[in-house]
Amino acid sequence: MNYLPNILFAIALVIGIGYFVRNVQKLIRNIKLGKDVDVSDNKSQRLKNMINIALGQSKMVRRPIAGFLHVIVYVGFVIINIEVLEIIIDGLFGTHRIFSGIGNLYGVLIGSFEILAVLVLISVVVFWARRNIIKIKRFWNSEMTSWPKNDANYILYFEMVLMSLFLIMNATDTSFQTMDSGNIISQYIAPWFSGLSENSLHLLERTAWWIHILGILVFLNYLYFSKHLHILLAFPNTYYASTKPKGQLDNLESVTKEVMLMMDPNADPFAAPQETDTDEEVPEKFGASDVTDLNWTQLLSAYTCTECGRCTSSCPANLTGKKLSPRKIMMDTRDRLEEVGKNIDANKGEFNNDGKQLLGDYITKEELWACTTCNACVEECPVSISPLSIIMDMRRYLVMEESAAPTELNNMMTNIENNGAPWPYNQMDRLNWKDE
Amino acid sequence: MNLKVPTMAECIAEGRQPEILFWVGSAGSYDDRAKKITKAFVKLLNTANIDFAVLGTEESCTGDAAKRAGNEFLFQMQAVTNIEILNAYEVKKIVTACPHSFNTLKNEYPSLGGNYEVFHHTQYLHQLIKDGRLKITTNPFKDKRITFHDPCYLGRANEVYEAPRELLKELGVELVEMKRNKRTALCCGAGGAQMFKEPERGDKDVNVLRTEDALQTNAEVIATGCPYCNTMMTDGVKFKEKETDVKVLDVAELLAADNQDL
Ligand code: SF4
Ligand code: SF4
Repeated sequence: MNYLPNILFAIALVIGIGYFVRNVQKLIRNIKLGKDVDVSDNKSQRLKNMINIALGQSKMVRRPIAGFLHVIVYVGFVIINIEVLEIIIDGLFGTHRIFSGIGNLYGVLIGSFEILAVLVLISVVVFWARRNIIKIKRFWNSEMTSWPKNDANYILYFEMVLMSLFLIMNATDTSFQTMDSGNIISQYIAPWFSGLSENSLHLLERTAWWIHILGILVFLNYLYFSKHLHILLAFPNTYYASTKPKGQLDNLESVTKEVMLMMDPNADPFAAPQETDTDEEVPEKFGASDVTDLNWTQLLSAYTCTECGRCTSSCPANLTGKKLSPRKIMMDTRDRLEEVGKNIDANKGEFNNDGKQLLGDYITKEELWACTTCNACVEECPVSISPLSIIMDMRRYLVMEESAAPTELNNMMTNIENNGAPWPYNQMDRLNWKDE
Repeated sequence: MNLKVPTMAECIAEGRQPEILFWVGSAGSYDDRAKKITKAFVKLLNTANIDFAVLGTEESCTGDAAKRAGNEFLFQMQAVTNIEILNAYEVKKIVTACPHSFNTLKNEYPSLGGNYEVFHHTQYLHQLIKDGRLKITTNPFKDKRITFHDPCYLGRANEVYEAPRELLKELGVELVEMKRNKRTALCCGAGGAQMFKEPERGDKDVNVLRTEDALQTNAEVIATGCPYCNTMMTDGVKFKEKETDVKVLDVAELLAADNQDL
C-alpha cells in the first residue's frame, strides 16, 4: 500500500492546524493587552444572549434579506463541516467515505449537505451582487478602503469555490454515485463528466477532494487576518457584552476614589501619601488614548467586528455627513491593536514606543465629538459591539487628561460647576418657574 | 394657573414624607420652553392630587451632560452632591420629565450610593391613569394625527417605548409612526452634550433629518417626552418653515390640555 497521500495529508493537517493555533495564541495575547474588567456577573443572562444573538442569529434577521441569506450560509457552514470530519479520517487512514457504513442515514446526511451547498452557493452569489453590483451604500462608505472590500469578496470567493468543489467531488465519485443515495444534487452534475474515462474521473475526484480540504485549511488560517474572524469570536463577544441598560455608562472607579476623598470632611488634604506601598504607583490614566487603555472586551469586539456597517448606516452623525462612523472606530481599534501586537513581536515581547496612538493617528477628535451617544450603533450591531464605549473612553481622555473639550462644552461644564446647571443661571432661581 | 409646588424642605418642616419626588432637571427649571412642560406635568400632578415635592433650590444638575462630554469628575461631584441631599430626605421614588435625568438617576447613581425607584413622567402618568387616579376628560387632541418621537435615553437606552404611546392612545389620537421608530428611532441630535455645542462639520443637521422623518407622516403634532428633543424638533420644524402647520409638544402637555390654557 502507498502511504504517501496519508503522510502528505497528515503534514498538511499539522501545518494548517499548527499555524492556526499560533494565530489564536497571538489573538489572545493581543486581546489581553487590554485592561481587566469584571464580567463575572449575570452569567445566565450572558449565556442567553450568546445563545440568542450568536447561535440563534436573532439580530441578523432584523434586516430580513441579509439576515435570511446569512442564516443559510451560517447553517450550511456549520452542518457541512460535519463532512470535514469524514474527510480528515479518510485522509489520515486512507479510507474512502468511512461513514458510508452507517447505511441510509449517510445518504440523508450527504443529501442535506448537497442541498445546503447549493443554497449557500446561491446566497453567496447574492451577497456578492449586493456588494459589487447593487453597491449597497453601507459597503461603500469611506472606511471601506481596498482591503476591507477585497477581504469581503475573498471570503465570498472562498465559499463559492469550496461549495463547488464539494459538489464536484461528490459528482465525480463513481462509487458514491453508484450507491445512489444522498447524491440529490450531484447526480445532475455527474453527467457533465460522463465522457471521461474511469481514471481521469478518479483523478478529478481526488483533485477536488484535495483542493477542498486544503482550501478549508487555508481558509481557517485566513480568519485571523479577516473580518471573517467573527464566525468564532461572535460567541465570546456576545457573552461578554454588557448586560446593563444601554443608557448606563460605567462610573470610573478611579474617579470615585478621588471624589470621595475630596468630599470627605474628615480627610486631611495635606496628609502625606501613605508610605506602606513600596511599589511606585503610577497614577491611573483617565480614559483611553491608545488600545492598551481600553479594556479587553473592547479589544475582543474590535476583532469580532464583521464590518457589516449596520452601525454606521443608522448613526445620526454619519447619516448627516459627519466624519464619525462607528464601524471605522472598530476597524481603527483593530488595526492599531495589530500594529501594537506586531511591534511587540518584533521587539522580543516588549512594546517599543512607536510614537503613535489610537487617538489622533487613527481616530480624530472631530469624529469623537460628533457622537450623540444615541446608542443606535449598539442597538444595530448583530454581534453586540458597542463602538460608543470606545468613543466615550476617548472623550474621557480628551477632557480629563488633556482638557481638550470644545470651548462651548468647557463653558457648559464651568456653568455646572458654578451654578449647578449647564447654563449661566443662578442656583437660587431654580424654582422661579413655579410663579412665572 | 395656580400651581401647588411644595418643596422637600417644606414637607419635612411639616413633618411629612411626600409620596414621590419630582426631579425637575436643569432644562425643566430654566429653559423657557421646557418650563411649560414642567408646569403641564405639575398641573397633572395637582389634578390627580398627588402628594409630591421638588427639591427646588437644593436640586442641582444630574451631571449627565458633563459625563457624556467625558468629564467623569464633574459628573461624580454632581452625583455625590445630589445623592447626599436625596438620601438626607430619605427619597425612595423619583419621577422626572427628562429622559437624561431619568437614565442617570436610575442607572448611574446606584453605584455611587443613590438607590431610588425612578420613573419617566410618561410611565408615571400611565400608571396614574391605570390606577384611576388621573382621569382623561374631553381632549382637544382627540382624533388628531400625531406622531411620537422616541427620545434615545427613554427608548433605546432604557427600552421604554410603550408608556408614551399608551398615553397617546388614551387621548384617542390617531397615532402615526415614523419610518424609523422605537428601536430604530433616529436621534434628535441633542444627546451626548451635543445640545451645548455646534455640530461637527457635515452636510445636514441631525434635527433637520429627524424633522423630515416626522413631517413625512403628515402629523399635526410631533409629540415627544424630552425637553432637549422638544427644542431640537421645534428648531427643525422652524427650519423647514412648517411652524404654522406642525406643533411640537410633550406628552404631558397633550394630556394637560383638556381644561387649561395651553
Ligand atoms: S452612539 Fe454615537 S456612534 Fe453610535 S450611532 Fe449614535 S452618534 Fe453614532
Ligand atoms: S460594530 Fe457591529 S454593526 Fe458595526 S460594523 Fe462591526 S459588526 Fe457591524
